[in-house]
Formats: sequence, structure tokens, C-alpha cells
Amino acid sequence: MGDMPDETRADPAATTESRQRRARRAVTGAVAGWIAVRRHRLSAGELGHLPVTLVLAAVWIIFQCINSTFLSPRNLSNLSVDIVGTGLIAVGIVFVLLLGELDLSVGSISGLAAAVFAVLSVNNDVPEWLALIAAVLTGTVAGTLQGYSVARTRVPAFVVTLAGLLTWNGLMLAILGTSGTVNLDENGLVAHLTSYYFTDAGVAYVVAALATALVFLASFLNRRRRRAVGMAHRPLHTIGVRTGVVGMIAFASAYLLNQFQGLPLALLIFLAVVAGLDIMLRRTPCGRRVYALGSSVEAARRASLSVTGVQTAVLAVSGTLAATGGLFLASRITSVSQNSGSGVLLLNAIAAAVIGGTSLFGGRGTTWSAVLGILVIQSIASGMALTDTPTAVQLVITGGVLFAAVVIDSLSRHTQQAHGRA
Amino acid sequence: MPPPLLALHGVCKRFGVVEVLRNIELEIHAGQVLALLGDNGAGKSTLVKVISGVAPADKGSIEWEGRTVHIRRPQEARDLGIATVYQDLALCGSLDVVGNLFLGREIRRFGFLDEVEMERRSMQLLERLTRSVPDLRGPVVSLSSGQRQTVAIARSLLGDPRVLLLDEPTAALGFEQTTEVLDLVDRLRDHGLGILLISHNMGDVKALADRAAVLRLGRNNGFFDVSTTSQEQIISCITGATDNAPRRPAHPEAEW
Ligand SMILES: Nc1ncnc2c1ncn2[C@@H]1O[C@H](COP(=O)(O)OP(=O)(O)O)[C@@H](O)[C@H]1O
Ligand SMILES: [Mg+2]
Repeated sequence: MGDMPDETRADPAATTESRQRRARRAVTGAVAGWIAVRRHRLSAGELGHLPVTLVLAAVWIIFQCINSTFLSPRNLSNLSVDIVGTGLIAVGIVFVLLLGELDLSVGSISGLAAAVFAVLSVNNDVPEWLALIAAVLTGTVAGTLQGYSVARTRVPAFVVTLAGLLTWNGLMLAILGTSGTVNLDENGLVAHLTSYYFTDAGVAYVVAALATALVFLASFLNRRRRRAVGMAHRPLHTIGVRTGVVGMIAFASAYLLNQFQGLPLALLIFLAVVAGLDIMLRRTPCGRRVYALGSSVEAARRASLSVTGVQTAVLAVSGTLAATGGLFLASRITSVSQNSGSGVLLLNAIAAAVIGGTSLFGGRGTTWSAVLGILVIQSIASGMALTDTPTAVQLVITGGVLFAAVVIDSLSRHTQQAHGRA
Repeated sequence: MPPPLLALHGVCKRFGVVEVLRNIELEIHAGQVLALLGDNGAGKSTLVKVISGVAPADKGSIEWEGRTVHIRRPQEARDLGIATVYQDLALCGSLDVVGNLFLGREIRRFGFLDEVEMERRSMQLLERLTRSVPDLRGPVVSLSSGQRQTVAIARSLLGDPRVLLLDEPTAALGFEQTTEVLDLVDRLRDHGLGILLISHNMGDVKALADRAAVLRLGRNNGFFDVSTTSQEQIISCITGATDNAPRRPAHPEAEW
């Protein structure tokens, strides 16, 4: 430390001691700073995933009290596969909501993709893998077209995608033609998407261990780098707690799933997509652009971001995920019909994203909110089915949760702004 | 004398049928502060947007160090070395301070955002600018308006600009922060930046600016050497009590 001339003058013992003390003070200061910042943000209205996690816990506890099979391995395992189709579509909705827009075409696109797959593979003997790629690309193309139209015409996305909803639905009916319902190959690739389980118990545990290790490594390396340059960093024990919580959830899930049939392939794909897209959104310049545009189009434009590019890309992502989700939904019932992608699917996907905590006002939310939101919705549906409650009640309850989520979103937005004015 | 860093000749701008700027002449010199004065609606902010590429000029030419350039997009202004603090700040409310500072020029590490490095540089920069550095990781909406102003100014300095356009940068600030900003402008001028400062505070203009240009109803209404002109003279020009439009000593060759 040659650049500290005043220290060389002091006697060596005192120097070491004072340096140690100073280092310790720096570390505790940085840690205290980190905690203070967290508390400050919570009071400033950044609730994140907290409300939806509480709702999910409440839903599970209530249904478990009513019917003790609710939290059984079998029911939870089925739940984990049931969420995937709509969940993937909801992840796409999260992207669009981040822009402060809405995509109403995802239901139709999911149906169209399923129809493309069914007609190609069943009626025209195209290999399943090729038909699958074609189906997913159909969603990408539809989304890209819509995104480009939104960017170019500056018509709000919900209007453009409303037109899309009708168009893609019409296209799907045309493709299916008079055939009505197409049954998929029970042993085919797409059927396996939701019927395949890793029956080897080791797989679930290895995946759980990997996920836990990655979470730990990421926060630990981040902390080390920040500490090296003397910036506020997570205290070591919160990294421990964080890793512990993730690990507990991961291993408990793995254990439960292994009690039934093992880790479902669908769940693995879903979580991988969500985690990958989360990293893309929050850790890469591309994702940063999405958040920027969602918070202020004009500010993004002045920072020389390509507004057209981002809007097109986001709706392309949403279309792609809608198509993928559509294939999972078709896989679950191994058939495609004129009803594919219709009904409450679109509404559930939007509700899932919003219930999970993605803001309707743009710029706030993560892909994990789609997972939590769809878990809440599917849990209510599954619990209602177990307890033989009429659908009417299920709809009212889901509606109530959605309304609560919107109120929380709006309140936290006001809190943030009020904080700014203070 | 070297050519001005930035010179505007005959710049016109209309929004639909409204002609907001008409035949504007302006010169920004390195190491000088040019005050741009004018009543509300005179077209000052529009002129800033013309120069920064947000609302490109319809007619007229722009010269950068004597060479004609075209500024049609914000990117082109940034590439030349023009940085802007907009009157509305143009921040992204839900991004944090670091995200806003580096928006559009993120630092990458293996293709990912290098948050640590960006945060470190943000801290360094903000510590130079202000004594009350805001929470770098909180969303910008929850900052006070003074802190937001500081963030906007900090962002403009990140790319080492050569021309800085400040559109009413002290309007939302208290006394202490205003002093901080004016000191900063003074230091930047000493570093050789050309600065365009829009302000309604004649005291600040007198204290800081080298020259002043007055806009009135979208036209030039006089150029002044601030040190030799009285405040009353300038104000009467802003309010239109004196009509200086045809007399522009700096540009006898202009076409009107
Ligand atoms: N985007 C726009 N569309 C139409 N008129 C505009 C627009 N922006 C500014 N104007 C008009 O241009 C004039 C000058 O505005 P502005 O440049 O903001 O003035 P200043 O900053 O000097 O107060 C005003 O009359 C304003 O109404
Ligand atoms: Mg203005």
C-alpha cells in the first residue's frame, strides 16, 4: 500500500491494528448500508413477490384444511404439470406488460400453433420434431408481425392484438378445416412433453442441487466482487439464508415429486425457460431495454434505444411463448380441436402475470411472477375440483385475487411516487 | 478565433402548422457558457431538442467545428459529443439510478450487464457532483426532484461530452443544490466544454454566462456580451420591449 504515505509514518503494530479496525468498520458499514437500503425500498413500495407468496401460502393452507389430499404428492405433481401450458403463455404476457402494453392474441396464437402441429404431423405425416419447430415459429412470426405493426402504426398493442386474436383464430379454423378434433399420437414427442417423468429419483435431486449451487455461487461471487471494490454488499449470513430457502424449496419439491412419479419433464422445461428469460431480462442489455421502454418510451428514445426493435422483439417473444404454451396444453389432452386456445385461457394468462406482481403500468415485474401467479390460479382451480366446489365460486375467488393484485399494484405505484415527491 | 464548436444557421422547426422556430442563428464556443433566454413558449426547449436530435430541424444547417453535419437522431448528436439535460429530465422512472445513468451505453462483462462496475462509476461520478448521493439501487420515481435533476446531469456527463445543453437545470433545485450545479457548470467550462444554459434566473446568468442569446416567439431577438450589458437591457429584450431581431452583430452576413 505505497499510496498511503501517512500510514508509513505510524509504528507498525498500531498500523496493523488500526487497519484491521478500519477494515472491519468498512465491512460492517457496507453490510449495514445494504440492510438499510433493503428496508428503505420496502417502505418505498417495492413489494416484489411478497404479496403473491403470502396469497399462495394462504390458498394452500386453506385447501389443505378442507381436504387433506390437497398437498399430497400426487395432487402437487399434477398441479406442477397443469401450470406449464398457461404458465408459459403468462411469461410472454409478463414481457408485454413490462412495456406497459397488453397482448390479447396469445390464446389464439396458442391454438393456431397447436393446429399447425396437429395438421402437419397427424394429417400430413411430417416428422413430429419438424412440425413442432414449425408450430413454434408460427407463433414467432405472428408475434413479430403484430409487434412491427404496433411499433409502426403506434396503435396500442391491445388493439393490434385484438385484431390478431380474430385473425389467428380464423386461420386456425381454416387450417383445421372440417376435421374438427385431431388426436395426437399418444407416444409422440409432443404427448411426452407433459407425460414424461424422470422416474429416477436422482434426477430431481441433482436438479435441485444444481439450482441451489447456482443461486449460492451467483450471490457469493457478486458479494466478493462488490466487497473487493468496497461497495455495499449482502452480509454473508443473508446469502446463507437465501441459499437455504432456495435449497429447502428445491429439495422439498424434489422429494415430493419423487413420492409420485419423479420430476416431470414439463416442469423442468418451464422452470428452465423462466429462469433463462429472467436472466435475460434483468442481467443483459437487451432486457434492460425492455424495462426502459416500459417506464418511458420517450426517455428510451432519447437515450437512442430502438423503440421499433424492442416492441417487435417483445411481441415476438410473447407469440413464441404462446405457441409453446399451446403445444403443452395440447399435449396435456393429446388432442387439438377448434376450442384449443379459447375460453378462459387468455384471461388466466393475463391474470397470472398480474397476480404474480407484474405491474400493469409497465417497467416492473419478473418472469417469476408468472410462475407464482399461475400457481395461485391453478391451486384454486385444483382445490375447487377436489372439494367439488362449483366453477362459479372458483371464478369469483380468482376474480377477487386478481382485483386485490391490481389494487396492490396501483397502491405501490402511488407509494413510490409519493416517496419521490417527499 | 477557432470556429465555434457548434453553429446553427437559419434553423426552422414546425410542429404541424405551428412554426415554433424560425431562422435561428446560434453559436456555442468551447470554454464558454452561452445563456439561452426567452419567455415561456419562446422555443428554447424546442431548440435544445433540435440540437440533440430528438426533434430534428426542418430547415437550416448545423456546423460542428466548421464542418456541416446532420443531426437527425439522438444517436447522431451523442456521437458528435453533444449531451443534454432535458427540461423534463427524460429519466426512466422504474429503472434505478445506475440503470438510468448507463441507459443505452451499458457496460458489459461476458455479454451480461456489469452492475458492479456501473455502480462503482455511478458512485464516483455522483460523489463528484453532490454531497447527498441518492440510493443508487432504488427506482428513480422515488427520488426527490432535486435528486432526479442530479441524476439527469450526471448522465449527461458520462460520455465525456464536448457540448452540454442544460434546459433549466436549476428550476427544481433548492439553494444549496443550485450552487452545486452552477459550480459544476463553471468547472466544466474551465475544462473546455461548450455549454448552453437555459435559465430564468438573471442573477445566475449574470454570474455565470459569457454570452447570452435571446429568443422571442421562435426568433432570435438579440445577442449580448453578458459582462457589458445591463440586466434591464436583456430583460426588455426577453419581454419584447425592444425589438432586436434585425440587429445581430455576430452575423452580419446572415440573409435577413
Ligand atoms: N411537440 C409539440 N407539438 C406542438 N407544439 C409544440 C410541441 N413542443 C412545443 N410546442 C410549442 O412550441 C412552442 C415553444 O415551446 P418550448 O420550446 O417548450 O418553449 P420554452 O422552452 O421556451 O418555454 C410552444 O408554443 C409550444 O406549445
Ligand atoms: Mg422549456
